[in-house]
Amino acid sequence: MTVSLPLVVTAAVLVGTGVYLMLERSLTRVLVGLVLLSNGVNVCFLVAAGRPGDAPLYDGSNAETMADPLPQALVLTAIVITLGTTAFLLAMAHRSWQLNGNDDVQDDIEDAAIRRLALADDVSEGYEAEGEDQPAERHDEDRGETREEERR
Amino acid sequence: MLAFVLAHLLAAAAAPVLVRRVGRWTFAVLAVVPALTLVWALTATGTVLDGGAVTTVIDWVPAIGMEIALSMGLLQWVMVLVVAGIGALVLAYCSWYFHTGDDGLVAFSSAFMGFVGAMLGLVLADDLLLLYVFWELTTVFSYLLIGFDPLKRANRLAAMEALIVTTLGGLTMLVGMLLLGRESGTYRISDILANPPETSATVVVAVLLVLVGALSKSALFPFQFWLPGAMAAPTPVSAYLHAASMVKAGVYLVALLAPVFATVPGWHLVVLTLGTLTMLLGGWRALRQVDIKLLLAYGTVSQLGFLMVLFGIGTWTAALAGLAMLVAHALFKATLFLTVGIVDHQTGTRDLRELSGVGRAMPVVAVAATLAGASMAGVPPLLGFVGKETVWAAVLELTEGEVAGIPPYAGWLVVVGLMVGSAFTAGYTARFLWGAFWTKPGVEATPVAPVPPPFAAAPVLLAALSLVLGFAGYPLTDAFGLYAGTLPGPTEEYLALWHGLELPLLLSALTLAGGAALFVARSAVCRAGGLVSDHLSAEAAYRGAMRLLDRAAIETTGAFQRGSVSGYLAVILVVVLVLPGGATVLALSAGDGVDVVMWDRPAQVVLAVVMVVAAVVAARSRRRLRAVTLAGVTGYGVALLFLIHGGPDIAITQVLVETVSLVVFVLVLRRLPPFFSDRPLSRSRYWRMALGAGVGLAVAGFLLVAANARSSTPISEAFAEAAYDFGYGRNVVNITLVDIRAWDTLGEIAVLVAAATGVASLIFLDSRTSGIRRVRDIPYPSDVTKLPASGGRRVWLPGPRTLSPDRRSIIFEVVTRLVFHTIMVFSVYLLIAGHNLPGGGFAGGIVAGLALMVRYLAGGRYELDEAAPVDAGKLIGTGLFIGALASLLPLLLGGEVQRTYDTYLTLPGLGEIHLVSSVVFDIGVYLVVIGLVLDLLRTFGSRLDRHILREERGGDTGAERENRDRRAFR
Repeated sequence: MTVSLPLVVTAAVLVGTGVYLMLERSLTRVLVGLVLLSNGVNVCFLVAAGRPGDAPLYDGSNAETMADPLPQALVLTAIVITLGTTAFLLAMAHRSWQLNGNDDVQDDIEDAAIRRLALADDVSEGYEAEGEDQPAERHDEDRGETREEERR
Repeated sequence: MLAFVLAHLLAAAAAPVLVRRVGRWTFAVLAVVPALTLVWALTATGTVLDGGAVTTVIDWVPAIGMEIALSMGLLQWVMVLVVAGIGALVLAYCSWYFHTGDDGLVAFSSAFMGFVGAMLGLVLADDLLLLYVFWELTTVFSYLLIGFDPLKRANRLAAMEALIVTTLGGLTMLVGMLLLGRESGTYRISDILANPPETSATVVVAVLLVLVGALSKSALFPFQFWLPGAMAAPTPVSAYLHAASMVKAGVYLVALLAPVFATVPGWHLVVLTLGTLTMLLGGWRALRQVDIKLLLAYGTVSQLGFLMVLFGIGTWTAALAGLAMLVAHALFKATLFLTVGIVDHQTGTRDLRELSGVGRAMPVVAVAATLAGASMAGVPPLLGFVGKETVWAAVLELTEGEVAGIPPYAGWLVVVGLMVGSAFTAGYTARFLWGAFWTKPGVEATPVAPVPPPFAAAPVLLAALSLVLGFAGYPLTDAFGLYAGTLPGPTEEYLALWHGLELPLLLSALTLAGGAALFVARSAVCRAGGLVSDHLSAEAAYRGAMRLLDRAAIETTGAFQRGSVSGYLAVILVVVLVLPGGATVLALSAGDGVDVVMWDRPAQVVLAVVMVVAAVVAARSRRRLRAVTLAGVTGYGVALLFLIHGGPDIAITQVLVETVSLVVFVLVLRRLPPFFSDRPLSRSRYWRMALGAGVGLAVAGFLLVAANARSSTPISEAFAEAAYDFGYGRNVVNITLVDIRAWDTLGEIAVLVAAATGVASLIFLDSRTSGIRRVRDIPYPSDVTKLPASGGRRVWLPGPRTLSPDRRSIIFEVVTRLVFHTIMVFSVYLLIAGHNLPGGGFAGGIVAGLALMVRYLAGGRYELDEAAPVDAGKLIGTGLFIGALASLLPLLLGGEVQRTYDTYLTLPGLGEIHLVSSVVFDIGVYLVVIGLVLDLLRTFGSRLDRHILREERGGDTGAERENRDRRAFR
């Protein structure tokens, strides 16, 4: 199967720039990156579809010359899903701006707390609360008993 | 038989209702269920004692050969009597132990009943997998029972310990059972016992894995620590758990498997060594406890080791002794725990340093406890003594070296170990009876509340049984012989009080003397016990392991969950770069000739140049609007690429979607700052560039390699004909969407529904519905009255009146008025024609959405509501409903899901029309898409308009108001 070079280059550049933008903090840039990336991936589908052909409108005899319909159906689905995703991310960017005054993606505070625990070689709060003290009580009883017996 | 197990589980479900109606008497009612089970088991006595078995088999999961197979032979019959009998008594006892209105009674009664049922199922199960299911059910119920009071840390901790230890064992056992079932070719226990698999390495491993489960359940060393902790549960639970269930499950399993697997290498080494060690360890620790309940708990650990040794030996005599001791232990341990419950309940303490003179205050209870204690210590004429006599005979057989796999010196070790262990038993029994009931000099008599007679009924009954069965040696020998008969070895021994003046009697006397000595020297023993460091215990190892687990989790989470979204993305992308990227490099360097042409159509080159430039500039842009517009340029470029490739459908859809996205972007961007937030140029930016370039190159390489790797004909070659023959349409892409891959499309519109809902909830926050407002609903100012106007003078559009004049464009309004209906008709045309020509539900829906968008842009939010006075949510929901309905309807017509039908209809004036059922599905899609666009307009358009308007009036920013609202909410 031959490959058309312009398609490959376009797909590569769209994906590359998309990735670059998606690694940003600003949600709008991430979004633009996502749009570029989706467009790039849709071009990849064109490559996978093979050589161009007639529009896939069947008249009983042109099955041989028409373009592959399956990648087209998949791309159609992808295009519409991208619209939904874009809208959702936009709403998130707007909400983030409403709450924080910017649309930057923040680092997770909880994760940072866990990282501090890891650096301090400490155990989790849940473990502290559940684990350490109780068995000592039982042993104290034993020791208490020993002391008691000694006193007698 | 299954009915009895289910009855327990049903009763467990009914328990909460009962607790609300009759309070503590719930337990008395629940006790009827195990009591009936007991009666049923007794009616089966004849069958069982004739050597028969009661069996039920029901198919459960035939695919994996799993059956609900239940069977009751002698061993199971004994266990059922113990489980159901003691279960009924303990439940009845609970009615006096608890008070109506106690916290947690609902959960407790339910879990207890479930526990009895699970235990019953466990001993009746004749299928390894079924047994495992009940096994884990007992674990879960015991977890709930031990954690009876979740507010106390002791309960939580003990429950967790029991759960983790026994589940660990249980899972190990499951692996063993699966191996065993595989080797045997069946999971039916009776079949495996009848035709055991040849002893191979696999079988040895399987049996040892199963043993791990049994040992952990029965709290043998090194798992023994969970059992003393489990006495944090209420005393009736402890009585049942220690005497009749849970810990007996492990013993039962060993007893069940011993007839065929006792000779497996490693069996004797593991069971006898750990059993003896556990007996010594438990006894030694019991000798120095001050809490009489904890003393009994350690005593149970010791006794379980003892029972394990007996059943592990695998000879006729040992099996006989084992069963006698199993029954004896069930009777005396239940009695003792129940008396501890009474003492604790009536005095308020379990500390043997504080208890004094209790025996005088409750003589009946004291007598029952003494009888049970005597049975435990092995004093004649109680059942415990009868059992011990045969025990000594059984272990003395070991010293003769005639039992396969046990050399004489090992036999002697076992004899000595059991003797010392029995002396410990006698010692701590004396300590218990002294501690609980004696009048101690120098200690004030403990105040004791009077004991209601029914409260003491259960322990008295059980103690009496311990005594009566002591005289029933001959019938017991006959009965237990049925199980012992499945094992090898001499069969002369029998259960009796008097065997003559022989070695076993001497050993019994020696152990009692040793026990007496330990009791007399109790303070010295306690001191010696205190010297052994607690830190070396298995429990410390357990806690160390749990700590290690927690630490490992923290370290792993800290190392990998960095909390930065771009960090995660980078990790994913680096993997993409390394694995598929590396693979493409390898494939390309292998030199399999890549077949590249400079273009398919010359226009591709032009488009590629434009799109590359647009993408690069978009990535470098610092203005939001510019970046978005340039991304749009690439989108339109892609649409043109589709078109020249031969995909009119996707080209149309891409253009339409790109337009909608652009408008939506602009609607939101008017609220966001025009520039991206300023960030200092950092080194990480070059990393991002490098990663972007790397992934782009990887994609290019991948495309080249993958395109040249195609070796089969694509599946879609058959699509064209199939679309026409089964989908009755000529547009293959559309038929693919609504018929061939309709599931895909249904899933997709569901995603759209989710996305639209998400958008609406992020912007509206509180409610999904936007509240449609028509122009006529706007109230007139108080000083204005509306005069009835003469008809005929209609405005072009009603909405723009609500806008201030400087925001209006008359030309735009007029054009909108003129084209709106045309666009709507066109959208319906696309929807219907899509079956044979480019178009379809998606394209049609977006076109309709664009028509609404034009109305909104020309006349503001009131105009949008005039154009579509319907809630977007309803539209979307209806669309999804129609889509699902269209998928399911063919089922009613006798076809398969999403099958397409067609028919011809002749209409006067229009001629013959070809109706295809999949158009209905497409209408669903159409409505969902319109709803989505309408939702986007309502949220990003109307709602944000109102935000902006409110700010212009109020003067404060959205962020400030949000924060204020949230503070007020708190």
